[in-house]
Amino acid sequence: MFNNDLFTFLKPKNELEQSQGEAPVSSPEIPDTMWVKCPKCRALILTADLESNHKVCAKCGHHMRLSPRERISLLSDDQSFEEFDKDMVSSNILSFPDYDLKLQSARHKSGENESVVTGRCLIGGINTVLGVMDPGFMMASMGTVTGEKITRAFEYATEHSLPVVMCTASGGARMQEGILSLMQMAKTSGAVKRHSDAGLLYITVLTDPTTGGVTASFAMEGDIILSEPNALIGFAGPRVIEQTIRQKLPKDFQTAEFVEQKGFIDAVVPRKELKAAVAKLLKMHSTAAQREG
Amino acid sequence: MSAFDKLTTARSNNRLTSIDYINALFSDSFFELHGDRRFGDDKAVVGGIGMLRDDMPVTVIGLEKGRDTKERMERNFGSAHPEGYRKALRLMKQAEKFHRPVLCFVDTSGAFCGIGAEERGQGQAIAENLMEMMTLKTPILSILIGEGGSGGALGLAVANEVWMLENAVYSVISPEGCASILWKDSSKTAYAAECLRITAQDLFKLKVVERVIREPKSVESKMFDSLRGLIASTFDRYNDMSIDKLLDQRYNRFRVMGNNVTPLEPVVEDSNTAQT
Repeated sequence: MFNNDLFTFLKPKNELEQSQGEAPVSSPEIPDTMWVKCPKCRALILTADLESNHKVCAKCGHHMRLSPRERISLLSDDQSFEEFDKDMVSSNILSFPDYDLKLQSARHKSGENESVVTGRCLIGGINTVLGVMDPGFMMASMGTVTGEKITRAFEYATEHSLPVVMCTASGGARMQEGILSLMQMAKTSGAVKRHSDAGLLYITVLTDPTTGGVTASFAMEGDIILSEPNALIGFAGPRVIEQTIRQKLPKDFQTAEFVEQKGFIDAVVPRKELKAAVAKLLKMHSTAAQREG
Repeated sequence: MSAFDKLTTARSNNRLTSIDYINALFSDSFFELHGDRRFGDDKAVVGGIGMLRDDMPVTVIGLEKGRDTKERMERNFGSAHPEGYRKALRLMKQAEKFHRPVLCFVDTSGAFCGIGAEERGQGQAIAENLMEMMTLKTPILSILIGEGGSGGALGLAVANEVWMLENAVYSVISPEGCASILWKDSSKTAYAAECLRITAQDLFKLKVVERVIREPKSVESKMFDSLRGLIASTFDRYNDMSIDKLLDQRYNRFRVMGNNVTPLEPVVEDSNTAQT
């Protein structure tokens, strides 16, 4: 094994950058170099090894963030994903300063049009509506289009009697859309409720970080709530809490394991077992119609 | 008045609070009910039953900031914990059972951010309210009387109609928080307040509220008589609807938000938005 200290100069440029104050946790990105340093244990990992391990550090088990496309390929059966509302883009309804530029740069940086990707696919052979939020797009903040895409996904699932799997991540509401961003919490919750009242299964997979208005709406509304290990899960961000109560927070506060212990998560599932776990749960709830390709 | 002036007014200690509204509208018919039957009784949320009219019992729930320093401490300045939202939901379910309309008063800087609140599932508590309120089979009316702070306000504001007092504010984030996160400059708070469109007038334009109400200045105000009449006739109107229609109306009210308005004119950063 290499002596990690010798390789500090190889530290990926983005490793310690905060994305415009919206990210509660620094977001490591994989550069086009051979080596990546794990932000948790600082071990150097071969990029190729990291990719084949779904961006989990082989040494310490740290789960790095996935892009929506990586998450979709992790969960869906080969080539089965059909995207919904791919071209839907946000507009600057409040004429909020610099919002257009921020959207443009987020689109450019992430390659996505909005902070959530939705569609239908097969997971373990079960027809499923899948939504994945993108921490690389304005820290997966919830704007009107985010809420609209999620609402449409649930409405589609209700109409076609399909289960929904939603992989959440979010720094919270998108303040550039003001109150309209807040209203998405009610809108999405309404769609989740109608889906639930139709007797259909909704699984949430909480990923790092799931906070704010997303936690206080569809992330916590699943019939079954799973989480990736060590993901930050909370309503208020840790810094906001520290500022409010003027004391340091306990070390493992707001980790997935902490939230599970408090009774708000059904299971913490490592990424390599995630697809099997989701597929198993889907199968246990599935109808003959959902199993037909 | 600038958005910042309204923000200051909305936060003023001299404002009427939820208890004042409850006393003025229901006088001595109000019977307070405590506790969430799960953990405790959150004093930041006041709830109970009152007679709005001789033939109209109503479940009333308010976020209460407190009227003097001692009471403000007891009520955590109107910032509820999860048990506050769960108490509110318990009372709403009770209202549904007995076919009583629900009247909510919203006045909070936000749901409380603290260790206990997180441990007991602040996000889950609010999420459950949003979901359950959307299909509560009885009319809901929410009135923002002061500060409407983000998810903590929305937790009592998934309603058939939402009204705002003329100097109340409703925002996804405090303008201070917005200025500090986006511009790292607290002197831009007034500008942020303007850009976020937090005033009743802007929110009416954005179709987020149905009605802007003139403010009663004291509990004795005659305006309470007309407000009582207005609330009762609104409940009459929704009571006449079938349950399906009532719930469709509530769902669609939120379903179209953001899709049914034209973009607003940009805010000009000038002397009105500069802070002194």
